[in-house]
Amino acid sequence: MGKLTWAAIPLDNPIQMGASVFVMVFIGSVLAIVTFKGWWKYLWSEWLTTTDHKRVGVMYVLLALLMLLRGFVDAIMMRSQLAIAAGSAPGYLPPQHYDQIFSAHGTIMIFFMAMPFMVGLMNFVVPLQLGVRDVAFPVLNAVSFWLTATGALLVNVSLVIGEFARTGWLAYPPLSELQFSPGVGVDYYLWSLQIAGVGTLLSGINLVTTILKLRAPGMGYMRMPVFCWTALASNLLIVAAFPILTATLGMLLLDRYIGAHFFTNDGGGNAMLYFNLIWAWGHPEVYILILPAFGVFSEVIATFTGKALFGYRSMVMATMAICILSFMVWLHHFFTMGAGANVNAFFGIMTMIIAIPTGVKVFNWLFTLYGGRVRFEVPVLWAIGFMVTFVIGGLTGVLMAVPPADFVLHNSVFLVAHFHNVIIGGVLFGAMAGYNYWFPKVFGFTLDKRLGQLSFWCWLIGFYVAFMPLYVLGLFGMTRRMQHYANTEWQPYLIVAEAGAILILCGILATIAQLVVSIRSRANRRDLSGDPWDGRTLEWSTTSPPPRYNFAVLPRVESQDAFAFMKASGTAGEFPEQYESIELPGNSPNGFVTAFFAVITGFALIWHIWWMAILGILCALLTLLAFGWIERVNVEISGEELARDARARMPRAEPV
Amino acid sequence: MRMRKTWSFGRVPAACGTALLLESCRSVGVLDPQGPVSAAEKLILFNATGIMLVVVAPVILLTLAFAWWYRASNKRAKFRPELVYSGSIELVVWAIPAMVVFLLAGVAWIGAHELDPAAKLQSDSKPLRVEVVSLDWKWLFIYPDLRVASVNQLIVPVGAPIEFALTSATVMNAFFIPQLGTQIYTMPGMTTHLNLMADRAGSYPGLSSHFSGDGFSDMQFMVQALPGAEFDAWLEHARGGAEVLNTDAYDELAKPTKKVATRSYADVDPMIYEHILQLAAPMAAPSAETK
Amino acid sequence: MSASAASESIGVPTAIAAFGGDGPAPVRIVVGYGFWIFLLSDIIMFSALFAAYAVLSGQTDGGPTPHSLFELKHVAIETLCLLFSSYTCGLGSLFIERRRLKLFFILFAATFALGAIFLSLEFSEFAGMLAQGAGPSRSAFLSSFFSLVGLHGAHVTVGLLWLAFMMAQVAAQGPREYVLRRILCFSLFWHALDIIWVAVMSLVYLMGARI
Repeated sequence: MGKLTWAAIPLDNPIQMGASVFVMVFIGSVLAIVTFKGWWKYLWSEWLTTTDHKRVGVMYVLLALLMLLRGFVDAIMMRSQLAIAAGSAPGYLPPQHYDQIFSAHGTIMIFFMAMPFMVGLMNFVVPLQLGVRDVAFPVLNAVSFWLTATGALLVNVSLVIGEFARTGWLAYPPLSELQFSPGVGVDYYLWSLQIAGVGTLLSGINLVTTILKLRAPGMGYMRMPVFCWTALASNLLIVAAFPILTATLGMLLLDRYIGAHFFTNDGGGNAMLYFNLIWAWGHPEVYILILPAFGVFSEVIATFTGKALFGYRSMVMATMAICILSFMVWLHHFFTMGAGANVNAFFGIMTMIIAIPTGVKVFNWLFTLYGGRVRFEVPVLWAIGFMVTFVIGGLTGVLMAVPPADFVLHNSVFLVAHFHNVIIGGVLFGAMAGYNYWFPKVFGFTLDKRLGQLSFWCWLIGFYVAFMPLYVLGLFGMTRRMQHYANTEWQPYLIVAEAGAILILCGILATIAQLVVSIRSRANRRDLSGDPWDGRTLEWSTTSPPPRYNFAVLPRVESQDAFAFMKASGTAGEFPEQYESIELPGNSPNGFVTAFFAVITGFALIWHIWWMAILGILCALLTLLAFGWIERVNVEISGEELARDARARMPRAEPV
Repeated sequence: MRMRKTWSFGRVPAACGTALLLESCRSVGVLDPQGPVSAAEKLILFNATGIMLVVVAPVILLTLAFAWWYRASNKRAKFRPELVYSGSIELVVWAIPAMVVFLLAGVAWIGAHELDPAAKLQSDSKPLRVEVVSLDWKWLFIYPDLRVASVNQLIVPVGAPIEFALTSATVMNAFFIPQLGTQIYTMPGMTTHLNLMADRAGSYPGLSSHFSGDGFSDMQFMVQALPGAEFDAWLEHARGGAEVLNTDAYDELAKPTKKVATRSYADVDPMIYEHILQLAAPMAAPSAETK
Repeated sequence: MSASAASESIGVPTAIAAFGGDGPAPVRIVVGYGFWIFLLSDIIMFSALFAAYAVLSGQTDGGPTPHSLFELKHVAIETLCLLFSSYTCGLGSLFIERRRLKLFFILFAATFALGAIFLSLEFSEFAGMLAQGAGPSRSAFLSSFFSLVGLHGAHVTVGLLWLAFMMAQVAAQGPREYVLRRILCFSLFWHALDIIWVAVMSLVYLMGARI
């Protein structure tokens, strides 16, 4: 069984054992409930084998919310440790454990919370906004989701069996090489990300093809909703950047598994090469995360001000400019490596140049608000919170883009505050705005407004209370990833930061409560019209939830903000006379089965159980070939059925 | 005229904040520069922040103002749904960030050159060379010209430029003295260069700012800047000690240890730095193979 | 609100706003386009390995150098095999579009054979290097060489498996639409591997042999 022994289970570590037992009991109870209630057949045929982009999107967001909880537990543990480990106090987390926690926190939050959340929103919304029935490659879409879920599963298995990486979320060599990290932790990190990375890349190819080749008739490029433009830019970045991640992690894997010398200290290896390659991926990655959030805010602000987005054309140009520029700034992550003044200055200036299109977007949102009629629904709260918070994060980012400023702030908690500022203020706020905005479309009933407001205020205030002290401490000279610190004058700030984390916890609990309460009272909050917000884009022209086929007849698009145009010109409530039958891809177990073998293969490779790894790869290959051999099953929906669905639709309520 | 007012408006809260902080704490790192490098860097921090606040602060205020004024229940606000495109607003909206960036780009270009870590500092005093090695998990400081060394303690003369040559014995670290300025990575088998100076006598904490493993949090050291005579006295005292830094002593020191007490070495093998470079990143002799 | 007014209000003439508004593209185009995007991403992955090779090719750690290891004669034969196999692959896909199955089988079998010759030459080159102690763990140069050329070889291997699978599928099920789409994708793949090989040959072998 390779390196795997019973010693891999951390019996001597009560915190890890407690967490493992909790997780296993939780999963066990869920499985037990599903079995006793006889829900397996439903789950299998409606969710586990679905190729419907809407269901895949829901599963992505569900994964993201679960991983938010896991990553947040790590965060609270870190804050608690730092709140008490001042002077000679050791805290309750020894370094070996603390180092795994901050590595897992970053890895999970970026790869298994933020990415799936954004990909999930794009999956659900983009085909609907484009006026088509599904993404370009629906089966591939399901496979992508299941591969991402595999990565998430493997990272969490490391909690129970073995350990996780103790290197930080990017696993820099030489620390991540075998010489200095001989355990399985870095291998868990590498294989989880390689597998999930393949899933993300495939999803990127899928969405780029969908946006560029599958749009409703009449929807030219300049009539696409801004969310689709930002989705396009984000997915182009995925296609261009993720192969670099695959190659780089692959090189580190070769170092660790066959003794190669890409980044080792001996044999001519070069650790600086890793820095360059990983950040050539890493910087586009953060734009992959933020661009869809920008798109969400564009949709939300336009809808809830009752006017079209200001400056559509410059929004599009700014989005594509950010897309291209994001590849030209990567060195700003290691100004202090000694590259010389010319190189540092060049990358610093390129980084600042990205602030120009970003600033343009902020001004465009500002001028959309101007002259509007702002309805303060929950998504708008998140949008206003974003506009205020994100620009502060942008300021500190451009500040650190000045190389001499970075020379004293690099790797400090000022940096930590900056990136949480933009990721929470930008990506997370965008995710929550999109979640509240599109929830009625996905499930057919609205979310409770008051708990949504509570969640927003807890997050907003909690964020400032948790991270403003870190800006100050960074200026005081506190560096990141410290497990304890000698200067007791820092402690009050860290206690305040802990209080902020607790506030954010309240925000997360409020979101969970909002979901539970809304589900229970869903009969009273049904969205009967399909258009609860007086939306402007095509997804609001379908029922809530949309039928499997989205549109019985693809809409003919005549303008930007296609649905707003249809409502204004009176063509919104029309039904076609004739319905032709349509074909849709049927369910496929391909994704789930591939993921199953991917989990086995990944686990086997981590623990050096070679026979199991070879068996897993062979089975995965056979799965691929078997599904390739048989012709894909399609489902036909007849014209009569479409006509029946149309007649059954409740009369559309008058737009507000 | 108006630009000057908003400029100082942006800096007053920052200055007040700093005063408050300085009152409450002894050493406040980056905000309490004790050398020319850190003083210049602090100035850049404040200038750049001030320049950006000129745009960011009004944007935040306008966001809140517009959201509040144009709320749906406000009947006095004019609803202008046709306002979706305006060439003049576009021009302003691209121009303002561009101008700010242009100004900051100048700051960045000049600052990056003047404050390049490898740039030697101007002073009347003679420069002092120090070789820095980051080990697991302590700092070794070698004075190659003075033939002494110390662990976790760096004594330097006030007003003299220190020319650092840095490397690492094992994994990457970063050498950082917040009150003296610029940090720089230390990398095995390679040498990076840094130039710092302490203007005033005092004790300045230093640390590693790049995570390097379990003992990382204990990789702290103290810098003592001493006036000329006291520095010479320290040097005498160090030379009188018993320990010698040769390859055996180094091998003993290099074993992974945490929370290492300060110590000094009275004599240093002149080739020890090259030895450390070679040990960290072993390279066979240049290839003799030909075909 | 008329359509032209709608688009002109966003500063874009109607003709430009409607550009790209032809509706969803046919399946064959969608599949080909998506596969192209995949190929571009694959080329980027190779680029990262080329970058690593560029940085590390001089780091021989006192061990074997490119000059001492590369046999340009074999590289020439490998290149000719691969280029010619692209030709046979192209012809074969033309013939199956015209439903001339016998010629398709002959030409694709030739493609397979040429690819197999390429692979066996490459395997023997690697085996030879391993035998003289010049394996991927010897130095950074060799790590980057084996990973770059090896990744290309792995792609060729996968291509051959795919090729054999599809020949079997055509033999068993006939030239169905979805199989034809995959043959289109395969030929794109095979030609892309050729392009990458030309880069490998030039940047690795030709430049390396001069050191």
